Amino acid sequence: MIPALLLASSSTLVHLSAVDLIIIIFYFALVLAIGLYLKKQANTGEDFFMAGREMTAWVAGLAFLSANLGSLELMGWAGNAYKYGILAAHWYWVGAIPAMLFLALVMMPFYHICKTHSVPGYLKLRFGEGAQGVSSISFAFMTVLMSGINMYAMAVVMKVVLGWDINFSIWVSSITVAVYVALGGLRSAIFNEVLQFFLIWAGALLIPILGLIEAGGWSGLQAKILHNLTELNVPNPGSYTHLWSTLGSFGTNPMGINWVGIVFGLGAVISMGYWTTDFLVIQRVLTAKDLRSAELAPIIGAGFKMMVPFIVILPGLLGLALLRDPQGHLLRLVPADVAWSPQGQAQGLHGYDEVLPLMLARYCGPGLLGLGITALIAGFMSGMAGNVSAFTTVWTYDIYGTLINKNASDDAKVRMGRWVTVIGVIVSIVTAYFAKQAPSIMDYVQELFSFFIAPLFGTVILGMLWKRATAAGGWTGLLAGTLSSIGMYTWVKIDPTAVRYVALSVDAQAQAQNMFRALWSCLICIIVTVVVSYLTRPKPDSELKNLVYGLTPIPKAEHVTIFHSPIFWGAVVAVIFVAVQIIFW
Amino acid sequence: MKPGGSLSIWFFIGVCLFVNGALIFGRGIYELISPPQTQVVLSSLHANIWWGGLLLALGLFYCLHFSPWRAQATKNR
Repeated sequence: MIPALLLASSSTLVHLSAVDLIIIIFYFALVLAIGLYLKKQANTGEDFFMAGREMTAWVAGLAFLSANLGSLELMGWAGNAYKYGILAAHWYWVGAIPAMLFLALVMMPFYHICKTHSVPGYLKLRFGEGAQGVSSISFAFMTVLMSGINMYAMAVVMKVVLGWDINFSIWVSSITVAVYVALGGLRSAIFNEVLQFFLIWAGALLIPILGLIEAGGWSGLQAKILHNLTELNVPNPGSYTHLWSTLGSFGTNPMGINWVGIVFGLGAVISMGYWTTDFLVIQRVLTAKDLRSAELAPIIGAGFKMMVPFIVILPGLLGLALLRDPQGHLLRLVPADVAWSPQGQAQGLHGYDEVLPLMLARYCGPGLLGLGITALIAGFMSGMAGNVSAFTTVWTYDIYGTLINKNASDDAKVRMGRWVTVIGVIVSIVTAYFAKQAPSIMDYVQELFSFFIAPLFGTVILGMLWKRATAAGGWTGLLAGTLSSIGMYTWVKIDPTAVRYVALSVDAQAQAQNMFRALWSCLICIIVTVVVSYLTRPKPDSELKNLVYGLTPIPKAEHVTIFHSPIFWGAVVAVIFVAVQIIFW
Repeated sequence: MKPGGSLSIWFFIGVCLFVNGALIFGRGIYELISPPQTQVVLSSLHANIWWGGLLLALGLFYCLHFSPWRAQATKNR
């Protein structure tokens, strides 16, 4: 990292001290050491791609969450909290918790019992190679794009906070990820994700703690935000700190969305689609050593997911309340394209996604700053490693092993996996440069989800719960849902007034459009699947055993105490989830 | 949890927290003795001392509890 110092410009938020550099270098050394240590345990396909299927519930659960907790999650959602207020927390609560519990208690038995290597692999067993092909190709496309976004998000941190050259940051970090994933496979990725989970909390938790002390607690924070936004003539300033009470109509909240979009678009489609069918996160749970661990892992993840807004959403809100420029005036962050324009740079403007680094620089001196930067780098690496390892598995098993070389040996697949890891990283680097064009990182991500994840959820859930769904119905429904989502997106791009049809309101902002597009594409997928299924011949029940509800004998739960029961802990998480909604109503 | 190897993932985490905690705590003590010219907001709370100390203690606990020597001793017993 030392050469990076030479690339630093003088106009940066902070300058690293020796202790900060030691912390960062130690982190890089540790993740590489873990990759090297685990290399000798990644010799078979089951080891390399599925971590031997021997992870405990805690390791699988923390990796499940950490793979999602990339730097774009940290920076992008902190930026969105600044832009949309506490409404952004919906993506952590209604947009995650019900889906994670549904995955744990309803869907996990199917994934676990059929011993699939991937979600497209499940679709192959259930619907045949057509649905598998559509799903695996769209997933592979999405993961490398997501990986590129993560990479770009991390490079922005380095640029904003330290003045490091974006290209330098991208190459150093991505090569490190490529090395440790290619060496140790999924086990190495998971070990590092658990490590990164701890680092992210250790590095990011101080910001909300110190921020709340400075703001005078939650009530002081609310009062400051109301005062600042009123001073800036922002419409509906009170809506920035209320979760549900402003969702009665589109025009009374900063996101331009109503409760239908949040509950059905986000909660029922996007969230269910992501947390129950996105192989990036599912792959971590598939490594669990037994069914109870596989069920407990998403519940453990859900428990921690509920707390993530404390280190992500709260810093965004604190930025609204506390950030001021050197002259003492309120600091107003702007969209990234404005901040990054030559005029924006000349005026010293900062983008929404820079709010977390700005807060980091506000409170963290030498040592803590190094840890905070390491947390962001760790977030980047966990997100990227998650995408790359999932991409590698889907490519090797569902594209290479199914469409290109059906007779590939186990050794050939492991070799292919190592090479595809490197290739996936290179493709991700290319896509990182596309992410620079998006005004807000998270809007871009949600666009991708609405294209691919929303229709996939319709296909998987019908496949698991409705035995009448046929192979032709599955893949035509998936294809129709994906194409319709892309079609709606293109329609609004060509004719912006079409947003009144797609998102039901001209007030709908980018996130609201994504939610409604996801909802429609999922419904289209389901309708097409049902219609085509009724027109085609279903598989006999004997071929659907272990794949469909009602035809899958679920193993009887082992006799465990209530404190080891997935249902008990699922209920605990559900009660806390409801309480949080009421508290921040 | 140490699938396929002798070192637990929790041991690695302990090492990581211990080293980071020691560095941050040490820096906090140094700043207490020799305050820097430029201060961050709320520097009077000395977050690096108590946060670094917390990480140090947590890391030490993980290192000891999940150390390979302790695991080996348990196995031999």
